[in-house]
Amino acid sequence: MASRLLWASRAASYLRISVFHRGFASVVKDLKYLDSHEWVKVEGNSATVGITDHAQDHLGDVVYVELPEVGAPVSHGSSFGAVESVKATSDINSPISGKVVEVNEELNNSPGLINSSPYDKGWIIKVEVSNSGELNSLMDADKYTKFCEEEDGSH
Amino acid sequence: MRGAGLWQLGQSITRRLAQSDKKTVARRYFASEAELKKTVLYDFHVAHGGKMVPFAGWSMPIQYKDSIMDSTLNCRQNGSLFDVSHMCGLSLKGKDCVPFLEKLVIADVAGLAPGAGTLTVFTNEKGGAIDDSVITKVKDDHIYLVVNAGCRDKDLAHIEEHMKAFKAKGGDVSWHIHDERSLLALQGPLAAPTLQHLTKEDLSKIYFGEFHILDINGAHCFLTRTGYTGEDGFEISVPSENAVDLAKAILEKSEGKVRLTGLGARDSLRLEAGLCLYGNDMEQHVTPVEAGLTWAIGKRRRAEGGFLGAEVILKQLESGPPVRRVGFFSSGPPPRSHSEIQDDKGKSIGEVTSGGFSPCLKKNIAMGYVKSGSHKAGTKVKIVIRGKAYDGVVTKMPFVPTKYYKPA
Repeated sequence: MASRLLWASRAASYLRISVFHRGFASVVKDLKYLDSHEWVKVEGNSATVGITDHAQDHLGDVVYVELPEVGAPVSHGSSFGAVESVKATSDINSPISGKVVEVNEELNNSPGLINSSPYDKGWIIKVEVSNSGELNSLMDADKYTKFCEEEDGSH
Repeated sequence: MRGAGLWQLGQSITRRLAQSDKKTVARRYFASEAELKKTVLYDFHVAHGGKMVPFAGWSMPIQYKDSIMDSTLNCRQNGSLFDVSHMCGLSLKGKDCVPFLEKLVIADVAGLAPGAGTLTVFTNEKGGAIDDSVITKVKDDHIYLVVNAGCRDKDLAHIEEHMKAFKAKGGDVSWHIHDERSLLALQGPLAAPTLQHLTKEDLSKIYFGEFHILDINGAHCFLTRTGYTGEDGFEISVPSENAVDLAKAILEKSEGKVRLTGLGARDSLRLEAGLCLYGNDMEQHVTPVEAGLTWAIGKRRRAEGGFLGAEVILKQLESGPPVRRVGFFSSGPPPRSHSEIQDDKGKSIGEVTSGGFSPCLKKNIAMGYVKSGSHKAGTKVKIVIRGKAYDGVVTKMPFVPTKYYKPA
């Protein structure tokens, strides 16, 4: 293992390429995205919210997730909690307005689910949607992919 | 490596989820990217996947391919190589360089044996810290020191001003700023065995804090057995034209176990070791006594004074400082700088200056200042994060035991 790693870094240094960029992070087709990198999946009147693969990749190892209380109101574009990585704190904004009906308690013990499974086991809250019209202002997968590319490019 | 607030830096590389904050961060840290200075290892960092970020006017790697968590753990298990060339190496020369420096720092410089060094603090007239620095007495007429990148300009101006006055009175002192050199920090249990492959000098005879001028990988280097991680290790000042070769040689001789490590893990490592980050944990208005660096005030200096702000500092030694730097463990989200600290009745008693999740201990650690009286280990406190108070307890530092190489 050690020698393979050494080979890889040597090769990279000779070729003067970066081995860090793994290409763009994955984006899921049927979800809707907020420009602050949260996703929402709507089924009927219920919406599941999490942060994107792109967001978790930039954050690094998530060590704590601050969850709202069940019953708390959330509103479109406003913060309802926070994720903490080793070095940074980030607010989590809700893509949609409504009332929190469930929070992912698993994250209390395993905040790393946000990194390992951002679209599935790392979901954060479920919301009872109060205004489904807000979905129209969110990005679809294609638009969000382009948005991430542009943001990465500008830095 | 201090001065610019690493936590904020971490935020600047992180895609901020909060839109409003993102705009400020972008303005503050990306505006002057073109004017950033580059170390001679810049291309090497980029080729190795370094995520470059602005730091104290330099473009520096905050991390490479490894996560900050993995990098931190690997430093303590194997080893880390850091480029710290942004820090400013300086030589003071002349037969009066020791008495000159003693006016500006709290250390007993005269009492250092040739080749020995120590952590010290440059103080102002009020006893506050202008910067912290590792100084070495190479010989009686040569001092080598390294100051923080973020403090370089003010430190040099401060030293120059006092040097002019000192020379005007007939003192013999001059300086040389080592801009022709680069600085690498090699840290961790594999630091010594790896470096031993690259030099004939017996490294087992160089102890923590000691300094040697020697050949490493064919280059004329200044070697100090010191660091900023709590691990055994070295800081190597190498002529800039040899720096990339030396970095490559170190990585190769370690068979890939010593990994390039960025500022992110460096900050976690120093926090775990209970070491101050200037600009966060120590500032112009904080005295060395308040910062818990009383041990760095030489015995003779306590008796004689003779450094800037000595009256304030000696008085604090006698009657105790009003506030003290302490460590904490806490529950809930990791505390960050400026989190409020309260006593168990909810009364405000101070503020966190650095904090985060410890990759080695897998729990939150922090340091900050509290009123004297609340500083004893075991004291229960509350730490306020986003309006909510979480349980914390005052804890002795270092959080992770240090492994400095000292004579048995």
